[in-house]
Amino acid sequence: MANEQHTAQADMPTPGERSPDARGGASLRVEGVSAGYGAVQVLQHVSLEVTDGRTVALLGTNGNGKSTLMKCIMGMVTPSSGRISATIDGVEHDLVGLPTERIVDLGIALVPEGRRLFPRLTVEENLLLGAYRPAARSAIARNLDFCFEAFPRLHERRTQLAGSMSGGEQQMVALARALMTVPRILLIDEPSVGLAPIFVSRTIDKIAELKERYRLTVLMAEQNFNQAIRIADSGHVIVHGHLEFHGRTRAELSDNDMVRKLYLGA
Amino acid sequence: MSNTRFAIIALLVGAVLAVACQFIQNDYFFNAAYTVLLYAILSTAWNILGGYTGYVNFGTAAFFAIGVYSSIVLYKAFHLPLGLLIMAGTVIAGVAGIGLGYLTLRLRGHFFAIATLALAVMLFTFVTNWDYAGGARGAYVLVPREVPFGFPRYIRYLFTVMVGLTVLAIIVARMIERSRLGQGLAAIRDDELAAECAGVPTLRLKLIATALSGGMMGLAGTTFPFFISFVEPVGAFDLRYAVNAIAMPVIGGMTTWLGPLLGAVLLGTVQQLVQVTISSAWNLLIVGVLLVGFVTLAPEGIMGWVLAWRARRSKPT
Repeated sequence: MANEQHTAQADMPTPGERSPDARGGASLRVEGVSAGYGAVQVLQHVSLEVTDGRTVALLGTNGNGKSTLMKCIMGMVTPSSGRISATIDGVEHDLVGLPTERIVDLGIALVPEGRRLFPRLTVEENLLLGAYRPAARSAIARNLDFCFEAFPRLHERRTQLAGSMSGGEQQMVALARALMTVPRILLIDEPSVGLAPIFVSRTIDKIAELKERYRLTVLMAEQNFNQAIRIADSGHVIVHGHLEFHGRTRAELSDNDMVRKLYLGA
Repeated sequence: MSNTRFAIIALLVGAVLAVACQFIQNDYFFNAAYTVLLYAILSTAWNILGGYTGYVNFGTAAFFAIGVYSSIVLYKAFHLPLGLLIMAGTVIAGVAGIGLGYLTLRLRGHFFAIATLALAVMLFTFVTNWDYAGGARGAYVLVPREVPFGFPRYIRYLFTVMVGLTVLAIIVARMIERSRLGQGLAAIRDDELAAECAGVPTLRLKLIATALSGGMMGLAGTTFPFFISFVEPVGAFDLRYAVNAIAMPVIGGMTTWLGPLLGAVLLGTVQQLVQVTISSAWNLLIVGVLLVGFVTLAPEGIMGWVLAWRARRSKPT
């Protein structure tokens, strides 16, 4: 098995270097998307854009539609109207109507809320499942090395059952598993949920580090406002399925009255 | 062990078993053994979707009956030889599996289970009203007078065919278990959303699983008309097929090919013994009691028990 992998490796991309020169960037555009479950309307005419190499935060408390938007982008929920497209290396792809595995194939990965690891598999097996798609499979050994390089701790624990790890470590596995799909655009849904404060800031730091290292375009849904804006280039505040405010810069976000009202109770 | 090696060993074991049994004088043994093997195929088939993928199918009887009735109709219309009937029934049931999958696999958990139950009810109504296939009255299938390959009795021939089909089913199940398909199915079972995020083509894999599982259940039914010689809908759609196909893997263990086989051999044999010594009315009661017992005391089945015991032993204390 090892031999097969090594022969196919040479021309395959890794999370880090999908030949940086040839890269035309990766961006994501959501235009007027409405979506819901049955009669319940969750998203109402949401539009946002994540341009190449930026980190955009989607801020809002529970139940305002952050996860639904993520699921719409990944093709797990079909919007009732609107358009979602990704431009990767100069080619525009319409995402609505594509099955999730095709969207993953394009280079878009989601780290789901609550991490959603395979608890009865080891860390390494979890990561290998991340490379299920054919493009990622052929470079599997090299990508695994990359992930372990980015997360040295996971290398130490690679034979441990994922379900027996701490929340912070599980979040690292979830991030690493997403990296195994060789994404260009990374969607992260509530990375801080259920984590101790120290792990929250570590996770957020790690996301920033990964973004730099792998030149990712990141859309991150988060309720922890203070942590999210540490690394976000810009942000949207979502309230009851509406994007109520767009902060073009970090300063604009933290100075906004509505943000203050929503988050600081003032 | 590689797939080829396993297949060769399985075929050899099957051949030895089939030949050895021919020395048994009592013909009733073959009746009983045929039934046990029938359940072995059904539970192996059920386990592909229920055990490997985590989708509970209550519609075993529907797929089984598709196999049964495809044989009846094709035999009546064209007098096809048994080999072709087996293939035809398997393919038709497999296609039905894909159809059911397309309609219902977007449903998860309980909703899928209910939909499979509905399929059985629908097909039952259809067959009951299909005159050509015997309708509610039932259909007679006359066993060919000439028994192929010089077997002294037709039931001995059918039993031998069934051994072959069981071996085939087990080889397929084990191949799935060790393949990327099996890996993807296990991911779906553990967490479907996470599997989707990892790029596992969940819908496609689930369709493959329902097709294989359904086709294999049909396979189990194709020889049944020749075994029973009179088929009517109430018998072909009997509750015991669906119940046994679930109970046997649960009792044996659902994560490996060996589990359903163990469960079928144990539970099937007990049922056959009880049928002869006490009454067939007790069969479902026994299944029920064992099922409750295993689910509460050994939810991983016999295989889970064995694996845990082996893990304990290999660990130095």
